[in-house]
Amino acid sequence: MTHRFSSSGRPDWNHDEEFVDILEDRRHSSDLGHALRTFNPQPYQGGQPCSAAELTKTVLESQHLCYVAREIALETGSSIEEVTEEARRTLDEMSQNLQLGFIRLMSFTLTKVFKKLFSSIFVNMDTLSTLQQSIQQTPVILMPNHRSYVDFLVISYIMFSYDLPIPVIAAGIPLAGMKMVGEILRRSGAFFIRRAIGSDKLYWAVLSEYVKTIVRKGHAPLEFYVEGLRSRTLKSITPKLGMMHMVLEPYLKGQVFDITLVPVSISYDRVLEESLLSHELLGVPKPKESTTGLLKASSVLQDSYGAMHVNFGHPLSVRELLKGKINRCQYNFVPRDLPQKPSAEVQACVSWLAHVVVGTQEQGSVISPWSLMTCLLLQAPITVLTVEGFPWHQLTEKTLWLKRLVLNYGVRLNWSGQTSDSDVMSSSLTLHRSVVQRKADRVYLVREKNEPRRRPVSEEASVTATAKSVLMLAAYRNQSMHVFVRPALLAVALNITRSTQKNELFAFFCFLQSLFSYEFIFIPGMQFEDFEDACLLLKKCGAIRINSDEVIVSDSGQEILSFHQSLIQPFIDSYQVTFSSLSEQEPDVFTDKQFLPAVRNLATRLLLSGEVHTYEALSSDTQKNSLSALQRLEAVRKLRASENSEYKVDKAAVKHLADRLSGRVPAQALHTPPNSRL
Amino acid sequence: MRRLPLTPVTASHRSAPSIHKHGSSMASNISGSSSSSDRQRVAQHRLRVIAGHLQRSAESDSVIQAAECKASVSESVAADSETRTVPRRRQEIMKWNGWGYSDSRFLFNKKGQAEFTGKRYRLSGLIIPGLKDWFEGTFGANLQHKSPATPILNSNATHPPNLNKAFVEELKSTGVPFSHDTEDRVFRAHGHCLHEIFALREGKVGRVPDMVVWPNCHNDVVKIVELATKHDVCLIPYGGGTSVSSALECPPEETRSIVSLDTSQMNRILWIDEKNLTAHMEAGIIGQDLERLLNEIGYCTGHEPDSMEFSSLGGWVATRASGMKKNIYGNIEDLVVHIKMVTPQGVIEKGCVGPRMSTGPDIHHFILGSEGTLGVVTEVTMKIRPMPEYQKYGSVVFPNFEQGVACLREVARQRCAPASIRLMDNEQFKFGHALKPQVSSLFTSFVDGLKKFYITKFKGFDPNHLCVATLLFEGDREKVLQHEKQVYDIAAKFGGLAAGEDNGQRGYMLTFVIAYLRDLGMDYYVIGESFETSVPWDRVLDICRNVKARIIHECKEKGVQFPPLSTCRVTQTYDAGACIYFYFAFNYRGLSDPVHVYEQVEHAAREEILANGGSLSHHHGVGTLRKEWMRETISSVGMGMLKSVKDFVDPKNIFGNRNLL
Repeated sequence: MTHRFSSSGRPDWNHDEEFVDILEDRRHSSDLGHALRTFNPQPYQGGQPCSAAELTKTVLESQHLCYVAREIALETGSSIEEVTEEARRTLDEMSQNLQLGFIRLMSFTLTKVFKKLFSSIFVNMDTLSTLQQSIQQTPVILMPNHRSYVDFLVISYIMFSYDLPIPVIAAGIPLAGMKMVGEILRRSGAFFIRRAIGSDKLYWAVLSEYVKTIVRKGHAPLEFYVEGLRSRTLKSITPKLGMMHMVLEPYLKGQVFDITLVPVSISYDRVLEESLLSHELLGVPKPKESTTGLLKASSVLQDSYGAMHVNFGHPLSVRELLKGKINRCQYNFVPRDLPQKPSAEVQACVSWLAHVVVGTQEQGSVISPWSLMTCLLLQAPITVLTVEGFPWHQLTEKTLWLKRLVLNYGVRLNWSGQTSDSDVMSSSLTLHRSVVQRKADRVYLVREKNEPRRRPVSEEASVTATAKSVLMLAAYRNQSMHVFVRPALLAVALNITRSTQKNELFAFFCFLQSLFSYEFIFIPGMQFEDFEDACLLLKKCGAIRINSDEVIVSDSGQEILSFHQSLIQPFIDSYQVTFSSLSEQEPDVFTDKQFLPAVRNLATRLLLSGEVHTYEALSSDTQKNSLSALQRLEAVRKLRASENSEYKVDKAAVKHLADRLSGRVPAQALHTPPNSRL
Repeated sequence: MRRLPLTPVTASHRSAPSIHKHGSSMASNISGSSSSSDRQRVAQHRLRVIAGHLQRSAESDSVIQAAECKASVSESVAADSETRTVPRRRQEIMKWNGWGYSDSRFLFNKKGQAEFTGKRYRLSGLIIPGLKDWFEGTFGANLQHKSPATPILNSNATHPPNLNKAFVEELKSTGVPFSHDTEDRVFRAHGHCLHEIFALREGKVGRVPDMVVWPNCHNDVVKIVELATKHDVCLIPYGGGTSVSSALECPPEETRSIVSLDTSQMNRILWIDEKNLTAHMEAGIIGQDLERLLNEIGYCTGHEPDSMEFSSLGGWVATRASGMKKNIYGNIEDLVVHIKMVTPQGVIEKGCVGPRMSTGPDIHHFILGSEGTLGVVTEVTMKIRPMPEYQKYGSVVFPNFEQGVACLREVARQRCAPASIRLMDNEQFKFGHALKPQVSSLFTSFVDGLKKFYITKFKGFDPNHLCVATLLFEGDREKVLQHEKQVYDIAAKFGGLAAGEDNGQRGYMLTFVIAYLRDLGMDYYVIGESFETSVPWDRVLDICRNVKARIIHECKEKGVQFPPLSTCRVTQTYDAGACIYFYFAFNYRGLSDPVHVYEQVEHAAREEILANGGSLSHHHGVGTLRKEWMRETISSVGMGMLKSVKDFVDPKNIFGNRNLL
């Protein structure tokens, strides 16, 4: 795969050569002046300017929508006019209303806010100018990762600042419901998509035609989150494909020559919503988006959040990527305006492409020193963090060791060369004083203070409090998991199989990849390349040697291997908790609603009894991922898809997986051919 | 406006054609034009130049029976052979390594102005002032950088003929003329694909036929095919030699003796049936002769493919040809009533000439498009029509290509397409413009300037986006004028402005001279080619944009140093779609293997066409050039059907050009 390591770090990577702090100028000149700057972007050459009203009209008059409306009218017995009217209402609810005036207003406000929140906003200027060229040549899709609400407008802000066309942005409908904010976002180019569309045929038709029309017209870049939602774990989420299908269809059907996908990696030193994240993961529901909620949260504006990096990835040509992968002649027979279920070939391709984009986002992200520190902190026993304290000098030493390792791996590490290493780490610690504290040269985990109560807190409450802080640490560790995950899976394979044979290791490596396919992003069909990368990286840092078909751990390699292995251990342990929970499940049918509490209870029990050490087992995200993985591996079957899904568990299969994961089944016996489920 | 100059051409035309008239009276409305306008003179001139070189044989007005072979008289007119339209020795009047007549070519004169030599065409002898700038500007070419062709064919360039002695002996006894002269053989070893002409210009010759035979009639062909089958000789039929699908290339793996069967001497109109409006011809007759001869007695077939100066009736049948005026007259499959073809299994033909039959799959459709793989088409009965009373060119300028396509689509929807309607994109419009000959009067140039001002300044058309549709109306004067109004009214709805007859006519001229222009390009490091497809209406815009973009994209990727010319026109309309014609050319300076690069780009363009729902070919055919896509074009079962027909009709693969399958 050519783009695997192409975009990421060169060994001599220099942060300041690539990134420019765009707040720097703003601090020295008038915000109003910036907001009122002449804005004269060069749009896509083939595109005509298109107002929101024209867009709506084009969509409503499209053959596709007319056809679907007729079909629905026939099915439901209502008149075509009624259905069309419904479509119009849907469109009104959905559509953006991009206005330059509002962009200026937003720009003015955002400049103020950003300057307050962030020490700097670094933007990769090289790729920004590449983007400028791409925008003129083909329709462009901006695909940022989604870690914070701040993501939402920062790209528009940058585009405005650098004379690029303002994108229209796919957003969740709850945002539209917020007083004022919804309208402001709408006029800043956001369009709104309902969360659970299900089988609402008309809605699908309106949405897909709307999206496709934007792509075809190419008058503005389209921006959407391929992960589908904001990641609560700060780890990439397995991409959602619905929107991706809509976006790619104009290319597949030959309505545009090419489409350019631009993965955008937004990296935060500290995420505004960090305290909310672990709340949600522990089952405290996400607060409904509301304007008052936002104002309450405005207390976050008093705090500081370090630097933010926005790295526009190298533009990916869909045409190039799909060359030889897809036969577009399949669209020759049915009129292109008619809805058509994508073939298996197309689905696989779209999924692959979405994974490539998310993989590229990961490649482009900038790793903070704090993320490295959390990798190490989390490997200490919990009592060290809560009671004894992690010795500062030890953390410093290990972090510097890890710094060397990741630089060797060739990642973008935001480690300032201007200040001393210890200052870098100290300031990271200060930035994150809500999670960790340094007292007498030891580092302690900060746990949320319970209101002073008379009686001592229950054991369960104490577990939850610890878990909250641990999950926050884990989130920052997750920011760099993608750097380590491949070598880490190899390290785990080496440890569990106790084998040196490359083919056995590869088989186990593939098993781990398929088990953790919802946890980490692996591009389908690339197991072999991933394995080779893993070998290469571990070899590069001297942990292993490779003889023709053997992998041999070198004498000095143990430290590196055990570090990698420990990174994965929380996930293995958490999955084992799910497996145990399902094995205990009586009867073998359970519902969505039963699943999470059951696993959480078991996890709490095991944590208290000391049988499980990782508090990450309490993360609902991990639990859901493990359930998805089990479905994929056919150990759990979904009985009916409705609001309250029912599942049936195949206990023997689950036990099998559990045994294999703990090394109780010889690898050979269970060899699943690679790619069998992809 | 002009009337058709129907008066017989005087020039050097010696004698009336050999026609056995079977019907009664001639069409009544034939009359000479009285107008002596400049345009008419020009039109007459054009007909004259097309006719000028057409020397008919001296057998002239004697009545000839349909079945009679003129082999018996061939000896007596042998001395006269150089006066035939297409002589046996084609090299006497045509270029051996380029397009068309030896006396007609573009060149840049000492002043650096382009001119077209000879006397045959409207453009002949004229200076074309805009061409140099267009040429240099479009291709980044430079008149200082020449890439001249090898002037003469080196007779050592070919292998000695591999003759099948027994076949040759028996052939001699039949009296059918043949030759194994190098020039004759080389001439019939190629069509007009870029790689073929490029190689000839470099003096490179691949496998060529081992001998050439010139049958004079159906019976001669029967004898030749029998002998070939008997002695296992490979036959490759040759008509006008205008193939652009590598259909005439000798298969390099062929070890048998290859005989080129040149039908050019089978060129008589055998009879005309005025009651049923049909004519029966030998299949070797070429388009311009057929039209001219029929015109002389007030008829036409209306079949005018762009290659009609050289392509033959048999070739049209064998490739499913399409004519410019198909909207009125139909394509070749609509025009043929009866076909006679000689195959190794014998002669295939229908038992009657009923206008339509329900008798199983139409056997004509095994023959139409068989590309010389099954046999030789020897005689064809074809529909004829009285000549149109009135003909008028026209043109419409649209602000952009999208509007133009929308207009053509509407015209097709209302089924009111004129005899021809073509929409050229902006690049092709500029190309056509560059071919404007020097205007003699100050007034004309003033009017031109005024028109340009009106369209670009007053109407606000962007000169880099506007495109032009060219029109040709035919029929009764009244109806033509009515029709014209209808079409212009539709055009107006799509923002189209009438832009005069001259622009229209020049558009059609482009298609006749384009092949000559390619030769000029090749003198200056520019190579190019055209290719075509047909596509449903809703995909027209997409395919045009994508294919043009793909060409530009691939050229860049393959290291072409200069931006290519990548242009298209919608050249035919149908109820359910349109035919699209692409021109593609680039400056190859700096490339070590330009032809290979060219082929890669063309291949990519064809892939793009197929991916965008276009057909493999609308009328050029498959040949060996596009064979690789046949399976996906007609499915495996379809391939099997064609294969089984081939296996039955020609089990020994006598017709071994390996086209199509």
